Amino acid sequence: MTDSTPEPRVITYRQALNETLRAELERDEDVFLIGEEIGIFQGSYKITAGLIEDFGPKRVIDTPISEEGFVGAAIGAAMLGLRPVVEIMTLNFSLIAIDQIVNHAAKMHAMFGGQVKVPMVIRFPGGGGQQLAASHSQNLEVWYAHIPGLKVLAPSTPAEAKSMLTAAIRDDDPVIFLENLALYNMKGEVPAGEQVAEIGKAAVVKAGTDLTIVSYSRGMVTALEVADEFEQQGVSVEVVDLRSLRPLDRETICASVRKTSRAVVFEDDMLSYGIGAEISATISEGAFDYLDAPVRRVAAAEVPLPYSKPLETAAMPHAADLSRVVRETLDATQFTK
Amino acid sequence: MKGVARNPNLVESEAVMTAKSQTKSKSAKASKTGAELRDFYERMSLVRAFELRASEMYARAKIGGYCHLNLGEEATVVGLTAALEDRDYLYTTYRDHGYAIMRGIEPSAVMAELFGKSTGAVGGWGGSMHMFDMSKRMLGGYGIVGGQIPPATGAALAISYRSEAGPKSEAVMCLLGDATTNIGAFHESLNLAGLWNLPIVYVIVNNRLGMGTTVEGASAEPDLYKRGSSYRIDGNRVDGDDPIAVRDAAQSALKKAREERRPVLLELMSYRLKGHSVVDPARYRSKEDTDEAKRNDPVPAFREKLIADGVLTEKDAVMIDDNADRIVTEAVEFANDSPDPAVSELFDKVYASPVANASTRLPAEPAVMLS
Repeated sequence: MTDSTPEPRVITYRQALNETLRAELERDEDVFLIGEEIGIFQGSYKITAGLIEDFGPKRVIDTPISEEGFVGAAIGAAMLGLRPVVEIMTLNFSLIAIDQIVNHAAKMHAMFGGQVKVPMVIRFPGGGGQQLAASHSQNLEVWYAHIPGLKVLAPSTPAEAKSMLTAAIRDDDPVIFLENLALYNMKGEVPAGEQVAEIGKAAVVKAGTDLTIVSYSRGMVTALEVADEFEQQGVSVEVVDLRSLRPLDRETICASVRKTSRAVVFEDDMLSYGIGAEISATISEGAFDYLDAPVRRVAAAEVPLPYSKPLETAAMPHAADLSRVVRETLDATQFTK
Repeated sequence: MKGVARNPNLVESEAVMTAKSQTKSKSAKASKTGAELRDFYERMSLVRAFELRASEMYARAKIGGYCHLNLGEEATVVGLTAALEDRDYLYTTYRDHGYAIMRGIEPSAVMAELFGKSTGAVGGWGGSMHMFDMSKRMLGGYGIVGGQIPPATGAALAISYRSEAGPKSEAVMCLLGDATTNIGAFHESLNLAGLWNLPIVYVIVNNRLGMGTTVEGASAEPDLYKRGSSYRIDGNRVDGDDPIAVRDAAQSALKKAREERRPVLLELMSYRLKGHSVVDPARYRSKEDTDEAKRNDPVPAFREKLIADGVLTEKDAVMIDDNADRIVTEAVEFANDSPDPAVSELFDKVYASPVANASTRLPAEPAVMLS
């Protein structure tokens, strides 16, 4: 490496987001940040730390607690060509703004005959496991993934956080950008220089031949951990990171299952009507003849997530759950290495 | 003109602007040329003719979905749009046909949109409630009650992000109905606009009924213009049946928005002549109530006033009405003769920027190639 080709650095997911926001604010005057406590308070999870100092209150706008108001205001600003990046403190509070997101941001381009663009990003962390109780521990990204007109991204590593947030900010459509409380401190290698992901593409992050695990966001950490565990036992597990929940890259999923003949979906969300259901249906259409076993889903128990640590732990899916279901799927097909 | 608008029995708080008196004196002072008054009548007559024909076309099943008309609100439509400069942005409710036409969308394109045709204002994608034209800065009719208010507020934020206050500044006008002042989006938006000094005029068209619910039955503070005072936003009640008073009040409010970057709340006292939408027979209204509505009908009232004042002759008025009718007849013919949007373009407008793996699946098709 020479001095002009900086090497990748190992940084946290949080830092990757922070640096990307900074880079995009520097690059484009039309980009601004808006949300609760993102300026003077430095962000509830410090994603926007240091930005108001360098870009001022015009570019980093602190709002009242007024999700419907400020998400809607960002939509209006985007209609006039600005590129707002909205932070909602957590996914749970995005429900207060859901009329603006679903009935307005997602619909405007089509419903107004293609005349207006709504180039905006709505970022928020989802996920449970922090003992925050039921109303603060949800994974409702599937609600947004259900809506044509939205793009829904869910990066699982610091490198993806950078490349996908860059792509989201430069995209001309409303993008829901799903983060996760448990990923913010995760470290990973991030390439230097500008990185722009292609929206709508899944990635095979680990190649394998015997079974496919499909996951996204925080679930990917567990998926890779379990894949490695089986690898050590001589089972070759392929891992597909969805990365984009809408559009969904169905072909990459099916191509993997056509190769491995077995699939398990791992998700933090509840099972019924979830991402896993969509993936299973996709596989049954696109890889049915190749399947050696039913597609299994590992997903949260169907309860409002409790505060009590033992109850919360019992309700959420963990590596041991995934490991067990992978084993059961292999056994169901008399798999031998 | 009806009693409510004229009733001086208003208790106006300190925080509430009393520009009403200013507006009145200004209205009386400024001498209106005959041509200007005639133009106002022509516009009101066109909106009236268009809406009557839309109602007829709905009955003949040429128009689908919901269809809300500006009948009885022609003076507010014409007065408000006359106050706007080309550079201003307008957000309206779903009762938007008249506003779309007055903002410069051809009546034929509005009618074609009602007919769901490819030549419609939004290519058959929006229908009655969603007229839009970026080039005319008509930024939409909105079908969700109150849904337009936060985006309109954000448009004002974009103006203040990009430019300084002054007489040449752009401004936003955001319409809403009386019942909409009860929704959270209204209050959140006014709070943001007050807090951030945004160049926006919120206009409540108070037609006294939210569907079938009266203002008094829905709002703890039925003097709706006072609701801005919680956000230190000046409020003003205006006779919505007088197009000149409406225009003057809106101009004065827009001036404040442009030059002082202060939001304003206007309440225009108006009245629906018919039901909430074309299919609503309005049985919840008493005979006295509908008789009063007819007596206060702003279109004949304005016509009679102009004739009495010598601005128009009876013959002029008939010619104007006939001309409006002719324009609307042509609009219907245009809409009728226009093609439907092509099914081959069904997926073209889901996203503004192309994206990998976007679905183009029709109902009977699989999500992926079958294995």
